[in-house]
Amino acid sequence: MSLVSVRDVHKYFGELHVLKGIDLTINAGEVVSIIGRSGSGKSTLLRCMNGLESYEQGAIILDGMEVSTDEFQVRKLSHSVGMVFQSFNLFPHLTVGENIMLAPKLIKRVGKEEAKKLAMEVLEKVGLADKFGQYPEKLSGGQQQRVAIARSLAMKPKVLLCDEITSALDPELVGDVLKVLEQLAAEGMTLILVTHEMNFARDVGDRVVFMHQGKVHETGDAKEVLANPQTPELQQFIGAVL
Amino acid sequence: MSQFTDWDILRNLLLAARWTVLLSLIAFAGGSIVGLLLTFMRISRRRSLIWVTRIYIEIFQGTPLLMQLFIAFFGLGLLGIDVSAWTAAALALTLFSSAFLSDIWRGCVESLPKGQWEASRCLGLNYLQTMRYIILPQALRIAIPPTVGFSVQIVKGTALASIIGFVELTKAGTMLNNATFEPFKVFALVALIYFLLCYPLSRASQYLEERLNVAGKRA
Ligand SMILES: Nc1ncnc2c1ncn2[C@@H]1O[C@H](COP(=O)(O)OP(=O)(O)OP(=O)(O)O)[C@@H](O)[C@H]1O
Ligand SMILES: [Mg+2]
Repeated sequence: MSLVSVRDVHKYFGELHVLKGIDLTINAGEVVSIIGRSGSGKSTLLRCMNGLESYEQGAIILDGMEVSTDEFQVRKLSHSVGMVFQSFNLFPHLTVGENIMLAPKLIKRVGKEEAKKLAMEVLEKVGLADKFGQYPEKLSGGQQQRVAIARSLAMKPKVLLCDEITSALDPELVGDVLKVLEQLAAEGMTLILVTHEMNFARDVGDRVVFMHQGKVHETGDAKEVLANPQTPELQQFIGAVL
Repeated sequence: MSQFTDWDILRNLLLAARWTVLLSLIAFAGGSIVGLLLTFMRISRRRSLIWVTRIYIEIFQGTPLLMQLFIAFFGLGLLGIDVSAWTAAALALTLFSSAFLSDIWRGCVESLPKGQWEASRCLGLNYLQTMRYIILPQALRIAIPPTVGFSVQIVKGTALASIIGFVELTKAGTMLNNATFEPFKVFALVALIYFLLCYPLSRASQYLEERLNVAGKRA
């Protein structure tokens, strides 16, 4: 059974028709890269998948749950889906460890000792076990983003949504973050990424979804689609970014 | 008519300044409590609550404090509620302060990046948990300098209570002036005492603001 199923989803911002009937099915363990021009609706689609944005028509089913912006539903979803943002969004008044332990403690009622163990476990995974007691402001952008990934992982999600998570980083820090994603992919984590990293999409991703004007314009196996784009729009897009 | 020495003048002014300080403290404490309530109403997601607080804030920010004092003192008296100058002054200053404080605090809450709310939501925190663990701790920190700064306005605002007959620093000054006919000396002393009350507060506000900026820049 599919882990995420998006069926004929329409989204409006006022008059603006942003998503115009999106259909997408994603299986457990898949790594899906969403690409497309600025304004094509990539972020909006991602944000609809975990209830950050509402949609007016269609249905999104994630891990057997209907996705909506209802607070109770969003809370239920948080057990299955995590999200990492371009701007990290770490909590600056909490240490790295506290950032990570907060949700497991509050939402999953994990005990103190176990939460700490869990935090160390996910920090090790992103290579930052020594930063447990630090405040986020003391870390580099790349380290902050890895903490943000660790914070999401601590909820043990089945899907991780990433919205251009390397776009705000200095070029030399991008690699560390991508390496973490690659490792997660190798462990079988389902990843849905909005990204401009075409090499990553091709080498690590299973599938590419090219969005254009609020629609899935072209989609298929990552290597194939990127090597042989069928539509002129995707050809043009790839020509522009490579 | 009795003679007032300089020492008598100063002593009487300082005695009256106690009431200025006390009234300020009451107004600040009362204003904080009511203001906190208003802030929570204002940042709730209930439309009706938001409207009520909006109107409240517009009224108290959009009318002179003096009129609020008059209404509290004479208006309530006309309605058959007997209020002392003390009660009226404390009440009016509390309501006045609450409107400004809640507006300052709402601004602090809203100045936090939207991403803090979104990250909390993605992690499964509900509204109250997000408030309690993420928003308020950060908002509190940035709220301290402007709050301390506003306390200066409260201290100066208490001077208006003299008009409804409450004997605080300004009223005492007026009375001493009537008795001594030495306006320059009396009111210079009055001003000096206000200054000594307010200056440390505004300095503290500036200091806290700077410290916060330095801390913020490291982020
Ligand atoms: N909160 C909002 N209110 C109104 N319009 C919005 C809002 N968020 C996005 N939009 C509009 O919706 C359209 C799609 O935006 P979206 O952020 O999904 O694009 P994107 O593909 O992620 O672009 P980018 O590559 O620049 O991030 C854009 O025209 C944008 O201006
Ligand atoms: Mg986007």
